[in-house]
Amino acid sequence: MPHRRRELLGFIVAGAVIVALPLATRNPYLLNVAVFIGLHSMIAIGLGLLLGFAGQISLGHAAFYGLGAYATGILTVHYHINPWLALVIGAAVTAVVAFLVGRPTLRLHGHYLAMATLGFGIIVRILFNEGGEFTGGPSGLPGIPHLALGPLVLRSDLHMYSLIWPLVLVQVVLSRHLLRSRLGRALRAIHDSEIAARSCAIDTGRHKLMIFVLSAIYASVAGSLFAHSISFVNPNPFSFMVSVELVVMVIVGGAATLWGPVIGAAVLTIVHQIIVQLGGLYEPIKDLDVVIFGLILVLMLLYQPQGLARLRLPRLGRLTGEGDDG
Amino acid sequence: MSLLLTLSGVNTFYDRLHVLKGASLHVNEGEIVALLGANGAGKTTTLRTVCGLLRPASGQVSFAGQSIVGRSPEALVRLGITQVPEGRQIFGPLSVQDNLLLGAYGRGRRAQRTEVPGDLARVFELFPVLAERRHERGGSLSGGQQQMLAMGRALMARPRLLLLDEPCLGLAPLVARQIMETIVALRAQGTTILLVEQNARAALRIADRGYVMETGKVVLEGTSEELVRNKDVRRAYLGKDYDEV
Repeated sequence: MPHRRRELLGFIVAGAVIVALPLATRNPYLLNVAVFIGLHSMIAIGLGLLLGFAGQISLGHAAFYGLGAYATGILTVHYHINPWLALVIGAAVTAVVAFLVGRPTLRLHGHYLAMATLGFGIIVRILFNEGGEFTGGPSGLPGIPHLALGPLVLRSDLHMYSLIWPLVLVQVVLSRHLLRSRLGRALRAIHDSEIAARSCAIDTGRHKLMIFVLSAIYASVAGSLFAHSISFVNPNPFSFMVSVELVVMVIVGGAATLWGPVIGAAVLTIVHQIIVQLGGLYEPIKDLDVVIFGLILVLMLLYQPQGLARLRLPRLGRLTGEGDDG
Repeated sequence: MSLLLTLSGVNTFYDRLHVLKGASLHVNEGEIVALLGANGAGKTTTLRTVCGLLRPASGQVSFAGQSIVGRSPEALVRLGITQVPEGRQIFGPLSVQDNLLLGAYGRGRRAQRTEVPGDLARVFELFPVLAERRHERGGSLSGGQQQMLAMGRALMARPRLLLLDEPCLGLAPLVARQIMETIVALRAQGTTILLVEQNARAALRIADRGYVMETGKVVLEGTSEELVRNKDVRRAYLGKDYDEV
């Protein structure tokens, strides 16, 4: 089947790029950017499932990212818990919180989840800021230990790169299996027509909630890895703007595609870095990031609404198996 | 014959718009019952109330002896009521086979391996064209084939009661006839059918009994022969225009 072969090709290319990059360069800056692309991909993959297959938007995923980061930070710094265990506890706590946020809102029709997560994200950020000694307040929580695999302490960006990117691959494989499963069929059905889905006995609210909780867990794990990687957290990386950027990543890359969120995360993270670098040369450019992201979003929606992952040579477009969401 | 579905004094609103005004009807096990009436008479609202998409403000709806008011559509499919919605509502981007498998979604994980493959084969037997195009997108089918797909999908839930909303809407006469014949075949296999149809003549040809609705109420009830002979029905719904159908 041509579709299957194309899918396999996608995994081979991605795997090759992941292995080749650290072989090609040991430039610490590039590796650091690659780590962040990986972390953003981890969150964006979950958001892509939520947006592309449950048809819902979350404007608070930076908060789940932050919950993971702060949970591991607090558990390891204040309570000296093993970082791996802290990561798992953080994910579990985030899952419960996401369940509580999602349960009342996802039973309603329309974009109540977007509103609820918007408010939720702002509240969580305030809690990080006002947490006093416990969260370190605005100046943050230092001294978070690195993750360790036996005697090997995962201190460098290369270590984190080698941990995060295989995880991203695993996530993509999981998404692929999820969408081929009975649950995935149900999700695609919900995305297409909710009334028809319900007349097939599909409990739409429950499925949306499951995907939402899964996406929050992904964000939380990414947050924990982030905290252990730079061994410090403060409230800044978990602002509302970051939540919006994450959604833009998904839309730019293509929500209902396997690799779209990863592509979007790469593009947006790189654009962000370019803006930061140019901002170092000429200060006012830094403030243009909102405008530039907005422009990218508008242009994508106008000219390539299905995302960069669906960009194809025009002649091939119609011939391949469009029916399966790749 | 035992009672399968009963509505008594059902009032249903869309927000503040009072659509069903004390509608009462019943369907016996194994029957084909036609629901006739003009646009806006409340036929679709009746079906949506039965299948749980709308909740009646008052009145009783019971299925196989138990009240089903307030149950979700999902729960009712599991109980044995499946609707083929108006406008078919197939999943366009999904393959024909995926559409059909989704119909069996409510039957649990174990059934997917044990019973569903056989049911799928039976649907393909009933609608051979669906078997031919099983890997194509649902949205690429013709109108008649989409109607067959919608019915096939509903059958995958193994319904005791099948609700059909205008199954022949917009179909060529020959295809419409084929759909009607399928409905008769389904009844022969033991499925009870409540059919909403604008084409009263075609509906009464296959139905055992019928109800005529006007402005949210049932105004007439009878066997198909009685209704075909009824003067009001003839004038309102069986005008000469329908003769060639």
